[in-house]
Amino acid sequence: MIDLRHVSKTFRKQDEIVDAVRDISLTIAQKEIVAIIGPSGCGKSTLLNMIAGLYAPSSGSIVYKGARVSNINTDVGYMTQKDNLLPWRTVRDNVAFPLELSGVAKGERAVRADQVITHVGLDGFGHRYPQELSGGMRKRACLARMLLYGAETALLDEPFAALDAQLKLAMHDLLLKLAAETGQTVVFVTHDLMEAVTLADRVLVCTRRPATVALEQRIALKRPRDVLNVRFTNEFKELYDALWERLRVEYHEERI
Amino acid sequence: MTAPDADAAPGGLHDNAANPGPSPLGSGFMVICQVVLGAVLLLLWQGASGRLIDSFFISNPVEVGTRLFGWIADGSLFVHVWATVYATVMGFVIGSIIGVMLGIWLGVSPFTSRLLNPYMSALNALPKVALAPLFVLWFGLGIESKIALAAVLVLFLVFLNTYAGVREVDQDLIDGARLMRATRAQVITKVIIPSAMSWMFAGLKISVPYALIGAVLGEMIAANRGLGYLVQFSGSQFDSAGVFAVLIVIALLAVALNFLVEIVQHRMQQWRVVGR
Repeated sequence: MIDLRHVSKTFRKQDEIVDAVRDISLTIAQKEIVAIIGPSGCGKSTLLNMIAGLYAPSSGSIVYKGARVSNINTDVGYMTQKDNLLPWRTVRDNVAFPLELSGVAKGERAVRADQVITHVGLDGFGHRYPQELSGGMRKRACLARMLLYGAETALLDEPFAALDAQLKLAMHDLLLKLAAETGQTVVFVTHDLMEAVTLADRVLVCTRRPATVALEQRIALKRPRDVLNVRFTNEFKELYDALWERLRVEYHEERI
Repeated sequence: MTAPDADAAPGGLHDNAANPGPSPLGSGFMVICQVVLGAVLLLLWQGASGRLIDSFFISNPVEVGTRLFGWIADGSLFVHVWATVYATVMGFVIGSIIGVMLGIWLGVSPFTSRLLNPYMSALNALPKVALAPLFVLWFGLGIESKIALAAVLVLFLVFLNTYAGVREVDQDLIDGARLMRATRAQVITKVIIPSAMSWMFAGLKISVPYALIGAVLGEMIAANRGLGYLVQFSGSQFDSAGVFAVLIVIALLAVALNFLVEIVQHRMQQWRVVGR
């Protein structure tokens, strides 16, 4: 469904040329959950930005459902690292924003927004402003908005990086539940191996800048997954250790 | 250009509601001191006039008061005040509207803004007062040329602030809206304008006194009414009491305008755009 063909991206910062992504080819199937893991500051976010059509690749091409991505890709919902809720709107109005953009009447907007707000566990916070909420609640609001937008693909850039461990688990659970309900394809970037193995069907490990895919691991843990307990199973441990071993080699080599 | 929070700068005469505690102006004692200071200065002025300094130059409070009272009694003062207020308000409104629209337009069109950049800088650097003779030519001796001068002063301030505010809008918010199928018009009305709102208000606020300056200057150059005309006229008659009387009225008008701005700002703060 999403096809990256020899995608590279270089940025020009004044006189300096920065290679963010080098020659990545990969295919993501419909309804697949893919984790991209790698050190901070490699070109992972750049990759998502290119899938969303915010940047064009310097070379290679990105094909989304058979059509080449050459402009903003409105079939994806994109949750950026920094939450991008509109600070002057309440949570309800933020969540309802995609409906407002497509011209849904005000009454219906409020009803549908309240439904998804309840769904992500934010009931009672609809009238609050984003800056009055905690980081986790803002992430939930972003998820609710994405849900209401109904994108068939979700791009998540380090979605839960700033959250504490417990909240992270709750969000993992929510994300898997929502993905299963909506049949969304999910591509998420993280630097947390535990998170990657818990959620994904496939983990891609990126190298340092310029990012290339160093290795790929299929995670054949059965679904639905219990995000709290899956990590204590033997299969999980084996996958985690194997990935960690290879990651260590990878990072070690990079450092030299 | 002024940052949106510039109005919260410390040392202002009016403490805002967000900063409670005894303000020096609020306490009764300070008010008494200020009144006493004013009275002393008036007495000194009265005493010095004619003794230390020729009253031809500095007049004296009694004469100024008499002049003021005379103008109020025959109603002529109100004609002049009204002319100035009208030109100030109209200039402010017209200048603000054009400034905001121009700021948004150039803010969202990188090509046009780069194209016009040298010309805008040149126009901005130009002392706007120098345009007055042109406005008199174009709009005549009536109130229109004063409105035009006030509007031009306001326009640039509002434009620069709006432009800065629009350029300051978080690109992530714009991208987010575009990814949710927002049209260009929706991005402007639902993301860019609300986001730049606090900058626009800052621009509007600082430009209020400039509207008054523009109107008064316009009247000083060529007019037959207005406070600017009156101060110019009194000066040309060597009537220093008249000049002082008009200055007092202009100062009162400026204070009243500032007070009005404070009230509007206070109202605005209730639904004020809060930055992240």
